[in-house]
Amino acid sequence: MSLLEVNNLKTYFHTRNGIVRAVDGVSFSVDKGKTIGIVGESGSGKSVSCYSLLGLLPMPPAKIEEGEAIFDRSTDLLSCGEKVLRTIRGKRIGMIFQDPMTSLNPYMRIADQIIEPLCLHMKMDKEKALKKAIHSLDEVGIPEPDNRINMYPHEFSGGMRQRVMIAMALITNPEILIADEPTTALDVTIQKQILDLIQTRQKELGTAVIFITHDLAVISEICEEVNIMYAGRIVEKTDTKSLFRTPKHAYTRSLLKSIPANQVKGEKLYTIPGLPPDTSQIIRGCAFRERNQIGDQNQCLTNSRPEFKEVEPGHWVQNCPGCLS
Amino acid sequence: MLRFIINRLLQGLLVLFALYTITFFLAKAMPGEPFTTEKNISEEAKAYQRAIYGLDKSLFEQYLRYPINILTKGSFALSTSKGRPVEDIIAQSFPNSLILGLSALGIAICIGVPLGVISAIRKNSWVDWGAMSIAMIGICVPAFTVGPLLQIYIASHLPGLKVAGWGSPADIILPALTLGLTTAAYLARLTRGGMLEILSQDFIRTAKAKGVPSNKLITKHALRGGLLPAIAFIGPSFAALISGSFIVETIFQVPGMGQHFVNAVIARDEFLLLGVALFFGFLIVIMNLAADILTGIMDPRVRLGSNQK
Ligand SMILES: Nc1ncnc2c1ncn2[C@@H]1O[C@H](COP(=O)(O)OP(=O)(O)OP(=O)(O)O)[C@@H](O)[C@H]1O
Ligand code: SF4
Ligand SMILES: [Mg+2]
Repeated sequence: MSLLEVNNLKTYFHTRNGIVRAVDGVSFSVDKGKTIGIVGESGSGKSVSCYSLLGLLPMPPAKIEEGEAIFDRSTDLLSCGEKVLRTIRGKRIGMIFQDPMTSLNPYMRIADQIIEPLCLHMKMDKEKALKKAIHSLDEVGIPEPDNRINMYPHEFSGGMRQRVMIAMALITNPEILIADEPTTALDVTIQKQILDLIQTRQKELGTAVIFITHDLAVISEICEEVNIMYAGRIVEKTDTKSLFRTPKHAYTRSLLKSIPANQVKGEKLYTIPGLPPDTSQIIRGCAFRERNQIGDQNQCLTNSRPEFKEVEPGHWVQNCPGCLS
Repeated sequence: MLRFIINRLLQGLLVLFALYTITFFLAKAMPGEPFTTEKNISEEAKAYQRAIYGLDKSLFEQYLRYPINILTKGSFALSTSKGRPVEDIIAQSFPNSLILGLSALGIAICIGVPLGVISAIRKNSWVDWGAMSIAMIGICVPAFTVGPLLQIYIASHLPGLKVAGWGSPADIILPALTLGLTTAAYLARLTRGGMLEILSQDFIRTAKAKGVPSNKLITKHALRGGLLPAIAFIGPSFAALISGSFIVETIFQVPGMGQHFVNAVIARDEFLLLGVALFFGFLIVIMNLAADILTGIMDPRVRLGSNQK
């Protein structure tokens, strides 16, 4: 059994304008030390999936309707309750967020923020924790860490702050690191540095990583397995190699087609037509039908949900003739 | 930091001078003059009195004389209605207002801030709803309603509390409550808003993801930023509280400074009016500065040294 197994997770938002089915039956698993990717357009439910696991969503309006997330063969993160969850958050599962500019507390010194997991979970005294914190800032490449640790977040650049976030998330040697678009808000040169940093630290510590992104190029660099997410569901799941070599679902193929580097020079950039569906409406059948240009819309299912099936060993996809043809 | 304080004090001086100018000319524009009374005083007697108070000089000379006397002699001139130096009148009444205002502020903070924090944590619950309704009432109901209600329902039933008067320490309680409740109500609403704003920030989610328990989430991560709007409000409102309230002083018979604001106008006592107005302006300048310094201490992103506000 895997380190974390998420089965049929459904997270809905009960809002004034109706129910938003942000995550609608998502399953994935991570093995010890491995990296999986979750890819999808903005609004497809990537963040909500991960926040659900650690109970970080405001409830209400959010509600976990169904599913389980078995961590380390024993604990169901979705039903174990706040008290148990608190011993896992920040200790056994660390998390880094999309926007390093807003994810650190501007009113607290870096030192106080970074030693917090140590003091909370390891019962370490402040002095020892500080020593370890300085060491871990050094490990993520922050110059003069013993000096800088006493500064406030606004005195750091975006890239430096994300390094601090990484150091903070990894300081307790968690078994899993959830990285929610950790490079999206950074400029390109720094993106690469941060990716490399996550990879090196992961190798050193043997951490499993759940890597969320909307950038397939990033996936190809660091993930072993990829889940393609669309409108709250996973439409394709396979190892990275076969994803790029033999993508099956029409949505995956459209995504690959829209990567600038894959396009013939001078040709107009391919974009997937239409908008992501409004998940507050009940979608009969398949959410991607209207935007399916690459496949054959005539063969689409009109009133039932496509079946998620293993069509080749290790390669799962919504098994539907209109997309796979 | 020091430069910032000096800068702000110089700015404050400018503000005070503007305040003086406006008050001076408004006072001059008041109909009548200090020595108009029901009694029939002869023109000679009036002229004699005017000469004593320097009111026979040209307007321009009078306009300059007052601040020059303050700066050179530290004298705020004689009150025309009381015949005593204005500084003595302030020195006598201000301590009462200060004690009353401090107590009122203490009450306001002790009630308002916790109420606001709890409302924010329990947003949209009945606690929140109840607290905010009471706060709204607190803002809307004026002191001349609250004061008598307290007199009727509390003072007359509790031994040791007098309906009005200013002698024993217990006499502070009811006027301070009357004065502080409105401020408490504003503070509750501001604190709630500030806390909600902070609690919705990304860094709170980061803290939660680190396993920070919810009580520490509030005290360690949210409170500092969440209190900033309340602090910005406390500065000037503290100045208002300690400079006295005519209504509360009248209801509870407190010999404070607030009465002079109104009585000086009625008596056309321009020197007393200028005195209390300038004193009030001075308090506002100082308290605003104090609030800004406190904000700078609480929010490390605010740089007091540079020229930004
Ligand atoms: N508090 C909320 N109330 C109502 N709907 C919400 C709330 N938070 C998220 N949603 C909805 O859930 C859906 C999924 O959002 P999510 O943040 O998971 O997207 P994402 O895939 O992470 O996108 P992005 O790439 O922009 O981060 C969106 O349609 C969003 O509108
Ligand atoms: S072929 Fe099936 S999976 Fe593809 S868009 Fe149509 S209904 Fe959806
Ligand atoms: Mg997201």
